[in-house]
Amino acid sequence: MSLTNEEFRPKIVAFCCNWCSYAGADLAGSSRLAYPADVKIIRVPCSCRVNPMFILRAFEKGADGVILCGCHPGDCHYSTGNYYARRRMTLLFSMLDYIGVENGRTRVEWVSAAEGVKFSQTMNEFVEKIHSLGKNVRLGDLRCRN
Amino acid sequence: MQELISRAKELLENGTVARVLGWKAGDLPYNPEPAFFTQAEELKDFVYNGFCGANLSKYMIEASKLEGKTLVCLKPCDTYSFNQLIKEHRVDREKAYIVGVGCKGKLDIEKAKKLGIKGIESVSGAEMTDDTDTLTFQTIYGEKTCAYADVMLERCHVCKGKDHMVYDELIGQSKDTKDAERFAEVERIEAMSPEEKFAFFQKELSKCIRCNACRNVCPACSCRKCVFDSNKFDSAQKANTDSFEEKMFHIIRAFHVAGRCTDCGECSRVCPQGIPLHLFNRKFIKDINELYGEYQAGADTESKAPLTNFTFDDAEPSIVTKR
Amino acid sequence: MYKIAKGNLSALFQLIAGERELYVPVNNGGQVNFAAWTEDAQVDLDTLKSVKSPKDAFFPQSENLYTCYRDGKKIKIEPEELQNQNFVVFGMKACDVKGVEVLDKVFLTDPVDTFYAARRAHGTIVAMACHEPEETCFCKVFGIDCANPVADVATWMVEGELYWKALTEKGEALTTAVASLLTDADEAKVEAEQAAIRAIVEKLPYSDLSLEGWNGDVLTEKFNSPVWEELYKPCLACGTCTFVCPTCQCYDIKDYDTGHGVQRYRCWDSCMYSDFTMMAHGNNRTSQLQRFRQRFMHKLVYFPANNDGMYSCVGCGRCVEKCPSSLNIVKVVKAFEKQGGDQ
Repeated sequence: MSLTNEEFRPKIVAFCCNWCSYAGADLAGSSRLAYPADVKIIRVPCSCRVNPMFILRAFEKGADGVILCGCHPGDCHYSTGNYYARRRMTLLFSMLDYIGVENGRTRVEWVSAAEGVKFSQTMNEFVEKIHSLGKNVRLGDLRCRN
Repeated sequence: MQELISRAKELLENGTVARVLGWKAGDLPYNPEPAFFTQAEELKDFVYNGFCGANLSKYMIEASKLEGKTLVCLKPCDTYSFNQLIKEHRVDREKAYIVGVGCKGKLDIEKAKKLGIKGIESVSGAEMTDDTDTLTFQTIYGEKTCAYADVMLERCHVCKGKDHMVYDELIGQSKDTKDAERFAEVERIEAMSPEEKFAFFQKELSKCIRCNACRNVCPACSCRKCVFDSNKFDSAQKANTDSFEEKMFHIIRAFHVAGRCTDCGECSRVCPQGIPLHLFNRKFIKDINELYGEYQAGADTESKAPLTNFTFDDAEPSIVTKR
Repeated sequence: MYKIAKGNLSALFQLIAGERELYVPVNNGGQVNFAAWTEDAQVDLDTLKSVKSPKDAFFPQSENLYTCYRDGKKIKIEPEELQNQNFVVFGMKACDVKGVEVLDKVFLTDPVDTFYAARRAHGTIVAMACHEPEETCFCKVFGIDCANPVADVATWMVEGELYWKALTEKGEALTTAVASLLTDADEAKVEAEQAAIRAIVEKLPYSDLSLEGWNGDVLTEKFNSPVWEELYKPCLACGTCTFVCPTCQCYDIKDYDTGHGVQRYRCWDSCMYSDFTMMAHGNNRTSQLQRFRQRFMHKLVYFPANNDGMYSCVGCGRCVEKCPSSLNIVKVVKAFEKQGGDQ
């Protein structure tokens, strides 16, 4: 790794559903499981609440990676929300890949309220992945650069 | 065309319809405009030829709110859009008298101009009755000819077929114009490296002038107020920043119509900068077909749209990295 | 008068671009638009009209006005620098040049728009005569002679040679700067070319368009005319006509949140858009009919009323070519003419 004065600290946005993944994050915290502080959690009522625009906006405003966490398929608090989210995100990620964005920058992971360990592992992995991909240059708005 | 006019006259006069939605002859040989005719004598200006590319389904959203029935002329591909609008409750089937008109491929005058044909005074070969594969232009700079197919809109080269999906009666014959694969271009891009893909779209979208014509002409974009027109948006829908905004607009525009887009090709037809906007919509259609089963929006008015539907064993989003 | 062989133009561009910015018609992905010249740019001087007018060079579609930076509890405001480098726009047509004159009336009268004024002060226009005018052109209607463009420098492309004539001080200065590439020439060929162009203009279908009855005094009559009620119907409310127009000058000012401050920028607005002139109380034009009418009333009635009868249309015909619904200012004028005849 090259030596630079400023180490790259990726900005990661994690959309977490209120009923499973946010509670999972909570459990990770109360179980004192470490995950990088680069991850900023946004709580949403359901993974299905996440509009593709949320994800693109996060990138536009400077995020280097965006991850969406929801209940496991079949466990949605609203019965079926995450099934719709799954289709949507599949199409969106495919489109991002199509326009030439590195496809590791977006991810969907199902994390239940009991999976504090999985939450912290997922975040650690994801941050590492974004570290290896480096700064998001293709989706950010030039005006938001420092 | 005469048959169409006399039938329209008849229906206007016997009170079946209150108005006719068709095309009015323009002031140049190639620029007819969509128009409403309410009097039989106005129909003398009615035209229907190769330059009548506009998809009139979109105008039926407003026409459905008017008193009485509207006779609307729909080409085979337009009827998919109309069906889709019925499904979304944006048009009223009872308010429409649909005349399915024949189509032998619609023309893009820009393509003729790109071939060096300018100063156009008259065109022959574009009428529905003309039995020729050649277009002849009389221009200030002499007579020019070119093949009909060379000036045809991209969408006609990948035509969905001659069948009208919904109609009350049919007038005129259609022709097979399909001579290319619908997803060939999408596949070509998919095969590129991320750098090439990015460069391709960057080049195309840097041309965008944010005129919103693609959105406004789209029969599927029928929201009363578009999310991009929200004044809570700090990035204006009209600002050309040559940054990420154009990409976001075009991705979201295509996403909002994913599973509802009938691939009518109007977005690409109207783009003043010739951006192949259908490539976004077609990518979604291709993905939907591959992941969730073949689906043609507008082929019926009953089926569930792919994005308002699911199965328990749908692919996970990580499939994108594996394909 | 001077001349230079067409083959030498890239050397000319290189020389001009050496000390100033240079904007030329460039083919990018099949579309010709004015853009900064680079050595590998695909310069296209044969296409008559660029898709967008060259007004971007003086009045860009989006431009930053100032930036606010947040620094702890302080806010630092940095105004955007005004244009301070000389630049040349090469290949503008007579109608486009007239378009700049229209913009001058708006931006250079009190209160002067400093961003625009700085660009005008540093810009030199090299205009080019229209070799083969097209059927969508109607500049003659506005008294523009496309065979004889009036700018800092006028040029004509005749038989593979570019004829060059400086008309102003700025033009003289540019001519001196590139004198090493120019050779003396006589005007005979240019005169023949001019005659040929004018003969073609006579034959254009729109050249006999009459603007009789369109002036600043007919406001109420035209405004209340029932003709608009039919005319606007095919309009899709897109902004194509306004964004390709060389004279449309409306803009909007917005703030962009950069996450670490705010950028205040302005961007072209279009009277076709639903949020045009939106105010706190709402919008004063609530229907597409009103918005559609605004565009043509502005060009043919309001503008002449305030500017000694000068129309803010120059007959470039871009809207005629680009409107997705094939509507345009010519159809509007003709519809009113027809209505007048019917009465």
